[in-house]
Amino acid sequence: MKFFQNDTCLYCDQIMEQEFTWESLLLGTEKKLLCRKCQSKFELIEGETCLKCGRVRNDHFETNEICLDCLKWETDEKWKGVLEKNISLFVYNNFMAELIAKYKYRGDYCLAKIFSSYIREATRKLEYDYIVPIPLSKERLYERGFNQVEALLIEANIKYDSILFREHSEKQSKKSREERIRQENVFKLNECFNLKGKHVLLVDDIYTTGATLRKAAKILYTSGASVSSLTLIRS
Amino acid sequence: MVYWAPFYFLERVMQLLFYQSEDEIIPIPWPLVNYGVKMENFKPIYQIDDFYYPEQDPKFQFSKQLQLFLIGRALLIEEVPFSLEEIHEHVKHGYIRYIPGQKMSQDKKEIICQRCCNTDLSYFAEMYCSRCHSKCLYCRRCIMMGRVSTCTPLLIWVADPPLFTFPNCLKFEGKLSPLQKKASNKVIKTIVEGGNLLLWAVCGAGKTEMLFEGIETGLSMGKRIAIATPRTDVVLELSNRFKKAFPDVPIVSLYGGSHERHSFAPLVITTTHQLIRFRSAFDVLIIDEVDAFPYSVDDMLQKASRKAMKEESAVIYLSATPSEVWQQEVKTGKRNCFILPARFHRKALPVPTFRWCGNWRKSLHKGKIPSKLKEWVFERVKKNQQAFIFFPHIELMEEALPLFQTLHPKIESVHAEDPSRKQKVQEMRDGKLLILLTTMILERGVTISNLDVAVLGAEDETFTESALVQISGRVGRNPNYPNGDITFFHFGITRSMVLARRQIIEMNKKAREQGLIDN
Repeated sequence: MKFFQNDTCLYCDQIMEQEFTWESLLLGTEKKLLCRKCQSKFELIEGETCLKCGRVRNDHFETNEICLDCLKWETDEKWKGVLEKNISLFVYNNFMAELIAKYKYRGDYCLAKIFSSYIREATRKLEYDYIVPIPLSKERLYERGFNQVEALLIEANIKYDSILFREHSEKQSKKSREERIRQENVFKLNECFNLKGKHVLLVDDIYTTGATLRKAAKILYTSGASVSSLTLIRS
Repeated sequence: MVYWAPFYFLERVMQLLFYQSEDEIIPIPWPLVNYGVKMENFKPIYQIDDFYYPEQDPKFQFSKQLQLFLIGRALLIEEVPFSLEEIHEHVKHGYIRYIPGQKMSQDKKEIICQRCCNTDLSYFAEMYCSRCHSKCLYCRRCIMMGRVSTCTPLLIWVADPPLFTFPNCLKFEGKLSPLQKKASNKVIKTIVEGGNLLLWAVCGAGKTEMLFEGIETGLSMGKRIAIATPRTDVVLELSNRFKKAFPDVPIVSLYGGSHERHSFAPLVITTTHQLIRFRSAFDVLIIDEVDAFPYSVDDMLQKASRKAMKEESAVIYLSATPSEVWQQEVKTGKRNCFILPARFHRKALPVPTFRWCGNWRKSLHKGKIPSKLKEWVFERVKKNQQAFIFFPHIELMEEALPLFQTLHPKIESVHAEDPSRKQKVQEMRDGKLLILLTTMILERGVTISNLDVAVLGAEDETFTESALVQISGRVGRNPNYPNGDITFFHFGITRSMVLARRQIIEMNKKAREQGLIDN
């Protein structure tokens, strides 16, 4: 059974006017999920970015190719080189904040469909041996009813491997950068995989300080893998 | 044998799985499944076909707080701040039931969300659920109240509701006109006997006062009453008036973001949207502005309001402009209706004039106000007469605002998402603004004592019959200024315009026949 007839915008619920062009009539182009107004509120990350974390270039850079945050990470012996590179797709603007809140905290699973094409496109360009979503702890997973990162991949039809699992801890979003880094590693490795010489692409929804991703990467890195990451949003 | 102890370590129970033995069904919160019990033995609620519901045990000492919390609602387990142990005791004694969040209709053609009654398949989405480890559907219509998916149980109170009575609770000093008194008696009769009543009262007839006596009667009989209205502003305004009229009765007002949503009260004043929180809750439901968005548009809200009522209940609809279908039903006697054709100040309703103003869109795009409207505005400016000008769309209005501001500095515009909307309306009331351009938001409820109104593009489809009657109803509200000008500027007359004018003329005629107006 097919449950979606997309005549209303998936986000704002307004009825969408169907655009009839020769192309859509003859070729049957993909149906749009969002109305034009909502679609226009997305800001893709484009142009010059930090070569490390994928944030849009701004005054914080001075003359370096990487931003000050990344410089801090890379000068720390413990974290140096753990995460090769992060790529983010969207800017964290107000619209995105609302959308993510509705998706993640209200639990509106099907909003993941909005990002499917973007994620498919992005992973196609990248090379990797394993694609690994950042896991949730069992408790959090149960509370939400789904893992928001896995759902992004499932909806985009991308196969992933659950190499990591996570122990329960307090919510990341309530902590400062220092607290996040200091906290002991909540990620554990699924020993069934041999990671030596492999390249792993970690996937997460938001890159904020980079602490979560680096902690996950560290586990993989110490087992011999090289790690880069793809996140939906760079905040 | 159930081992309850681990429950006390849980912050809150998120959801239940059920263990079915021969004579009992035991709810198990998920984390307990970790305590060495095999997952296969536990089923999500929808897999249990013959849920066993015990008879109500009259000797059981039930919790009054739990009763007040649950009565008339269907709640998620995490919304109920009582221990699962206590809840399940009530289930075992027949006071509470677990019901599945979704149900198949009997013909198996529809899925019904048990909380908001949605059956529209496009509002059910599929997800891979980490709770029951299979594909689940969830309802997107009511997701702002927490997700209800196929495997989610809801809690309902099935035993008796709490008893209360508030005799002689009305403290209202005002006097009703003979006609208002008649309407009030109709309301009392409906509340006592049950059934439907449509109170068709023109804008400015004094609807609220006509409800007081009926509500007093209902409350003294221990009936639970809800008043639903489409807009938050009106909820707040009504709450104030009812709290003054019924100072000793607990009253709860509900709207998006209100803090009172978990308290019980015999009298509830709510937005139509918030009605979806209730289930078999009310003996009397009064629905204000039945014709207004969103009640008339949104099928879900109609279902939800039906669900919010008890089986034997009374419904009173208030409207200044019932839909065409309802008007027909009134004419043919199919609908129980009481008509108040006159305002309380006994003056006729101002009748709209139609004025053709050519292709006004084109004029505006060219940077010109249609000349006839310009004349009309000049007249108001000359007399220093306050006015509203209604526009069909925001974009056009924003485009036109600078043009109007060249005519007079005290002209502003307002629309639904305008952050300073309240302030601008207040400035209008204080006389600091002369003319306010507006979209449909000011069509209802805003009362300014001496006002003229123009509609630009009255032929646009956003201006329905009822919208036009409401807009016309802004004029001549105050007994000191019972007359005022209402003009529809148009580029072609529509059926809605004709019907709106006819409705107003007919109301005046009726009022004259009954001797309800003086001029």
